Amino acid sequence: MTEGRLHTRTLVALSSLVASGEISSIELTRLFLDRIGRFNGRLNAFLTVDPEYALAQAAAIDRSKQKREALGPLSGVPIAVKDNICTRGIRTTCASRILENYIPPYDAHVVQRLRKAGAVIVGKLNMDEFAMGSSNENSAFGPVRNPWSLERTPGGSSGGPAAATASSLVAAALGSDTGGSVRQPASFCGITALKPTYGRVSRYGLVAFASSLDQIAPITRDIRDAARLLGVIAGHDSRDATSYPGEVENYEVECGKAIKGMRVGVVRDAFEKGCDEDVASAIDKALETFKQLGCELVEVSLPHISYGVSVYYIVAPAEASSNLARFDSVRYGLRVLGEDLFDTYAKTRAQGFGAEVKRRIMLGTYALSAGYYDAFYLRAQKVRTLIWNDYAEAFKRCDVLLTPTAPTPAFKLGEKTGDPLAMYLQDIFTLPPSLAGIPAVSAPCGFSSSGLPIGMQLCAPAFHEGRLVRITHAFEQSTDFINRRPAAFELD
Amino acid sequence: MSAVRISLEDVRHVAKLARLSLDEQEIETMRKQLDSILDYMASLEQLDLAAVEPTFYSVAMQAPLRTDVIQPSLRRDEALRAAPMEKAGAFAVPKVMDGEG
Repeated sequence: MTEGRLHTRTLVALSSLVASGEISSIELTRLFLDRIGRFNGRLNAFLTVDPEYALAQAAAIDRSKQKREALGPLSGVPIAVKDNICTRGIRTTCASRILENYIPPYDAHVVQRLRKAGAVIVGKLNMDEFAMGSSNENSAFGPVRNPWSLERTPGGSSGGPAAATASSLVAAALGSDTGGSVRQPASFCGITALKPTYGRVSRYGLVAFASSLDQIAPITRDIRDAARLLGVIAGHDSRDATSYPGEVENYEVECGKAIKGMRVGVVRDAFEKGCDEDVASAIDKALETFKQLGCELVEVSLPHISYGVSVYYIVAPAEASSNLARFDSVRYGLRVLGEDLFDTYAKTRAQGFGAEVKRRIMLGTYALSAGYYDAFYLRAQKVRTLIWNDYAEAFKRCDVLLTPTAPTPAFKLGEKTGDPLAMYLQDIFTLPPSLAGIPAVSAPCGFSSSGLPIGMQLCAPAFHEGRLVRITHAFEQSTDFINRRPAAFELD
Repeated sequence: MSAVRISLEDVRHVAKLARLSLDEQEIETMRKQLDSILDYMASLEQLDLAAVEPTFYSVAMQAPLRTDVIQPSLRRDEALRAAPMEKAGAFAVPKVMDGEG
């Protein structure tokens, strides 16, 4: 085995190497910590790296191995989590000044699951503040850079998880997805992300943004890794009242199954207007691949998805304005003393929140305020029903739906920061499945003429993540996109 | 662009509801940005929604119940550790009412 190439292996492969004793978790953890030390300065993907915490977890795995105890499905492999996922004793900032020094007294449900499965958590990843953004430029601690082109955005809001995974600073990561926040960064960074059905993964310990949409999701280098990670974090948790009580299927066994006869729904009107040429042609080629694999292509229409941006940017800010009311400088976070309590709230929040978070709180407060509730919030939730119905109709005629993940490849940092609406329109393909609560994957399906990754989005009916794993795996097997890597992050 | 959808006065009122202290420059910028966003959202007004029920949660589920049993919770010192100010085992805030403190 060539030591220098270990970091290019998948989570599943590395975990087998630790389980079989070919490498220790300590060695593997040191290797990734070394890469973080060398490369994170260029990317700004990590907000916190904790070598002591990581090496202690690795040592515990190695001890278990020596004692011949059964190792978990992520045994000894370094991964990292987005900084809106609470880690006991490790700073959790949400990339916000208001939580700059916040140290949670408990672990999120997913962190408990990761540790139980033997993962080594090496640190916390940068993001748009409170997961609000599509370019990672809303982080209070500076933007993350795209490993394929450092002057470009890695996407958002899970820019840190995507950049760290794409450049192999970790084997995989957990992000969160409210309206596309793992899928669009995966698309921009040439990797894979799987947003589960709403309720499939417990939100306990995920700092709330929009509670009817938020889901924690794996960001990985291939779909088998995503299946493995989802299998670890999915399942019922009584601490989240919206956690789904149904059984978790075995996602990984879907890898390798044939997809002959699967009906792929093509939403042609969705990607023929307003879509970059390279993206449209990559999607056309993907359709050709699915046809060759024996899939049946079915034209479907989703008449209301064009309202997705409007609905989402009412519903999500409304929920955010309510959720972020908790940042009142009483129990945790920044406090800026004012003349009285009201003034203390208002000054703390003015100093603690960045511009986009303020904008969403204002938009949401407006949409929920007296006189506007029916016109905005209630109306948006009704249109959400129409979007939900569109998917229900479409899935009578097809098994999965294919669109691009994002209308363009990664854009340049600074390109859209002056125009909030232009930034919101980045999410045009990822918002509707979020509003409908259905699972969606973003997987690499091509490269632009200038060498930037392009992703496709596949959606399935609620709780059919396994179907997404199966079709994505079949696609990976007949294409080469997941094996290309950004050149700047190789030592040899 | 159509008529003004949100006034400076509206922005000041909403900022107060949201407990956000904004200066005049921020209020003006916020007004313009919200106005253009709300204008985009006006497309929702075209739809006839009289017979449509709202969807607040996408996955239909009944509110789950659990048995009312005492379970361990955070220790008081752990819960207080992140507080900006604590006093006598409680969260402390600036004085809210006049009179004897």
